[in-house]
Amino acid sequence: MAHSHESNTKRIWVVFGLLSLITIVEVAFGIVKPAFLHDSHLFQMNLLNWIFIILTIVKAYYIMWAFMHLEGEKSSLRWSIVAPLVFLIIYLVFILLIEGNYVFDVFHTSHYKWIF
Amino acid sequence: MAATVTSTATTTGKTWGGGNEPMGASYGKMMMWFFIVSDALTFSGFLAAYGFSRFKFIETWPIADEVFNHFPFMHGTDAPMYYVALMTFILIFSSVTMVLAVDAGHHLKKTKVAIYMLLTIVGGFIFLGSQAWEWKNFIKGEFGAVETKGGAILQFVRAGENGKYERVALAEFAAHLPTTRVDKVRSNGIWFEENAALPTYSVEEIQEGLKAHPEVLVRTEKIVKKHKEVLTREQSLARIADAVYVVEGANLVRNEYGHKLFANFFFFITGFHGFHVFSGVMINILIFFNVLLGTYEKRRSYEMVEKVGLYWHFVDLVWVFVFTFFYLV
Repeated sequence: MAHSHESNTKRIWVVFGLLSLITIVEVAFGIVKPAFLHDSHLFQMNLLNWIFIILTIVKAYYIMWAFMHLEGEKSSLRWSIVAPLVFLIIYLVFILLIEGNYVFDVFHTSHYKWIF
Repeated sequence: MAATVTSTATTTGKTWGGGNEPMGASYGKMMMWFFIVSDALTFSGFLAAYGFSRFKFIETWPIADEVFNHFPFMHGTDAPMYYVALMTFILIFSSVTMVLAVDAGHHLKKTKVAIYMLLTIVGGFIFLGSQAWEWKNFIKGEFGAVETKGGAILQFVRAGENGKYERVALAEFAAHLPTTRVDKVRSNGIWFEENAALPTYSVEEIQEGLKAHPEVLVRTEKIVKKHKEVLTREQSLARIADAVYVVEGANLVRNEYGHKLFANFFFFITGFHGFHVFSGVMINILIFFNVLLGTYEKRRSYEMVEKVGLYWHFVDLVWVFVFTFFYLV
């Protein structure tokens, strides 16, 4: 292993503080659910949910980069991990949520209530 | 492909010709990472399927705050989100102790590694116990509900303070009707019949109870302006006629919180995650003993602690996403 680890503990605690802070913010928003965020929409999802998802991705970034030490690895390894995850997950979620939405619309507006 | 080269070679023969580490990581570490990628895709598939089912029934899906509102030693208090937030903290903290163990390993400090690994194991067990407690509460149920002929769940409320509705448990209004069902024993029974366990109340008892308690109203699954729809008294009395089952708690078929898939996905995804936490704790215990025995001191490398740490952080990462999509969103 070609890296030196003089005072990594400081970074570890800083990242812990950051993750805890983000979690507290998420939980606070989850309990309070301020109306101006809950009722406004962007691409068919309310802003509150967008905040949750973005904060979760930020947490994932810190866990992967700092705790799993991806920041110290070679970029080829980093990309071999991140690229498949990103494009496969985004693709799957994209098509499934659109499909789910479509099925909801069919159930909601037509006489089909189950399989069609 | 463009002629991008690594810093270690000028010809592809040198980098990819074998005998070195092209991506800068040892075989074990790289394979752990690739396993994590595959497992992450598995969990993403599960969560995407959850999103798919939820979007199909977006209008009637249960509201998480109303389902997960228990806190230990605070029976009866409505505490949405707090317990699962605590579980998230426990897992994040155990991730911190794990990475501190890895860091101590880089400095070849055996005792420090052992202490931090022990803390990680304890944190993992606490998380597992917490998840088991959540499952127990989920399975036991709180208020009870009825299921209609069409498979919809009807819950019960009464008007509370400042315009809000408060949930009413079945026990609070169910009538007590004399039952003609008798459990016979071998001495006086003729034929054995198998039947599912009976719920505490029968459908008729709920229907009679609703009629006898004018303040109780039916709450449907439908979400109207971010809240579940409450029927008027007349609509409630009409709707209760459709009831065919009394549902208490949750099992793999039906649950009192709403759509059947809600409980199914909850058990499946948190169960899979809990199983990963359990296997992670077991592996951590093995490595902990190896640390104590001095296996890695002899090897002059604590990379095994690092590899196992990667798995533990992956488990934490999955939880972060499960927490978001089951409880927050």
